[in-house]
Amino acid sequence: MSTVSLRAVSKEFQARADRVLAVDGVDLAIAHNEFAAILGPSGCGKSTVLNMVAGFERPTRGRVLVDEQPVDAPGPQRGVVFQEAALFPWYTVLDNVTFGPRTRGVPPGAYRPKVEGLLDLVGLRGFERHYPAELSGGMKQRVGLARVLVMEPALLLMDEPFGSLDAQTRSVMQELLLSVWERHQQTVLFVTHDIEEALLLADTVVVMTARPGRIKTRIPVDLPRPRTLETTTSPRFNELKRQLLGLVRQDALT
Amino acid sequence: MSARRAPWAVALPLVLLLLWDVAVSRHWVAEGIIPAPAQVARSWYTWIFGASTASLSPYSGTWVANVLHSARRVLLGFVLAAAVGIPLGVFIGWNRLVARVVDPSIQLLRPVPITAWLPFAIAVFGIYDASALFLIGLGAFYPIVVNTTHGVRDTNLLLLRAARMLGAGPATVLTKVVFRSALPSIFTGLRLGIGVAWTAVIVAEMIAVKSGLGYVLWDAYYVGRMDICVATMFSVGLLGLASDQILLRVSRLVLRWRALEAHA
Repeated sequence: MSTVSLRAVSKEFQARADRVLAVDGVDLAIAHNEFAAILGPSGCGKSTVLNMVAGFERPTRGRVLVDEQPVDAPGPQRGVVFQEAALFPWYTVLDNVTFGPRTRGVPPGAYRPKVEGLLDLVGLRGFERHYPAELSGGMKQRVGLARVLVMEPALLLMDEPFGSLDAQTRSVMQELLLSVWERHQQTVLFVTHDIEEALLLADTVVVMTARPGRIKTRIPVDLPRPRTLETTTSPRFNELKRQLLGLVRQDALT
Repeated sequence: MSARRAPWAVALPLVLLLLWDVAVSRHWVAEGIIPAPAQVARSWYTWIFGASTASLSPYSGTWVANVLHSARRVLLGFVLAAAVGIPLGVFIGWNRLVARVVDPSIQLLRPVPITAWLPFAIAVFGIYDASALFLIGLGAFYPIVVNTTHGVRDTNLLLLRAARMLGAGPATVLTKVVFRSALPSIFTGLRLGIGVAWTAVIVAEMIAVKSGLGYVLWDAYYVGRMDICVATMFSVGLLGLASDQILLRVSRLVLRWRALEAHA
């Protein structure tokens, strides 16, 4: 299991002639087994925060630590699920899911039982020989999730993974993720702009403001687990939702 | 080509053949310069199968041998071009330093037509196969290297990140992601390359060697056998089409995942 901590992290991007401050002085700590959601409007730098934790991008200032170690490159101990599934289109579902273990030279005998279990878990049995182009958006995301889970990462980084799915599929995927997380209890950093999604999934919702991205508040979600879609109809859920709506709207207006 | 589309594909060639025949029989073209289609067909037949009676034609029955000469040169030159062009294109596309060092020279040399290299090739390699292979290889090399470079540079950043995140090192990223993702572009380069190779083989054989379809074409022109010239043009066209179709089939087989994408 894993902890994440960002200390006074800023990130600037070179945009044509000038430099754009995307993330400004972010301090953030995520505990072992915590499910944290970063909530914010598009362009607020929340994906940049995730990319820095993943090791895809380096902070301009400040430090990004995972398990007290500075992050300097991406790696299988920090599994990333992307918004567009980012599957390898030339590989079948099975080859996509086994890419990680094959790359690291794990013998097939060692990963095969685990892969079969995972395919069952995400409901992809019978689709092993299909190519990504033959799958629906939701199924692609299941493959994206399975190929990361097979590495048994201590930290799961999810960048609006269900953002491009239709409402129905999104609910199914959210419940799937809840059941996966309740079973394995990884530390999760989940980026979203969907308030209900953040509340349904997370232990903590971190609200970010836009341009430059700063952390506005951090709200603990005290809804009981296990959670299901029913959770979204509880009074406490709606109370929290109202609170978050206020915070996000206030920011959108300024 | 499917059976359903075939009638449409042959309609225009038939009309053109008819027009050609009418033009010759009505003397729209100067007599004795352009042979009639039937004359070309007869000469072509003799060229392929030989004549039953003792023939005076030096071309009789030599078609297969000449086709093999040309095809062998095209294949060798093309394989040479691919063997150099694909790896070089991958490195130019992948490594900024290699691109800075190599790419300007390629862009500088690329506009020099293959025909302009002829005297150089003959001076260096002489009237031998090596001359022809140099010209064919060089001609096919440019489209292959340029398209490979382009394909590599086009690799989706997310796929590179995904591979690194899954634990892939530079070698795995290059072979399992970058190369795979560049393959459609590489096949485009190969198809353009084989087309240039057929152009180059004719040019090379006309001047730099003494065998093959290009040699026959030039020789027939000198002795006034326009029927053989036209038959040679058809032969080259058909061989070019056949080699392109072979590459197309191979690419469809290798890029099966892409066909599915197009239908999605």
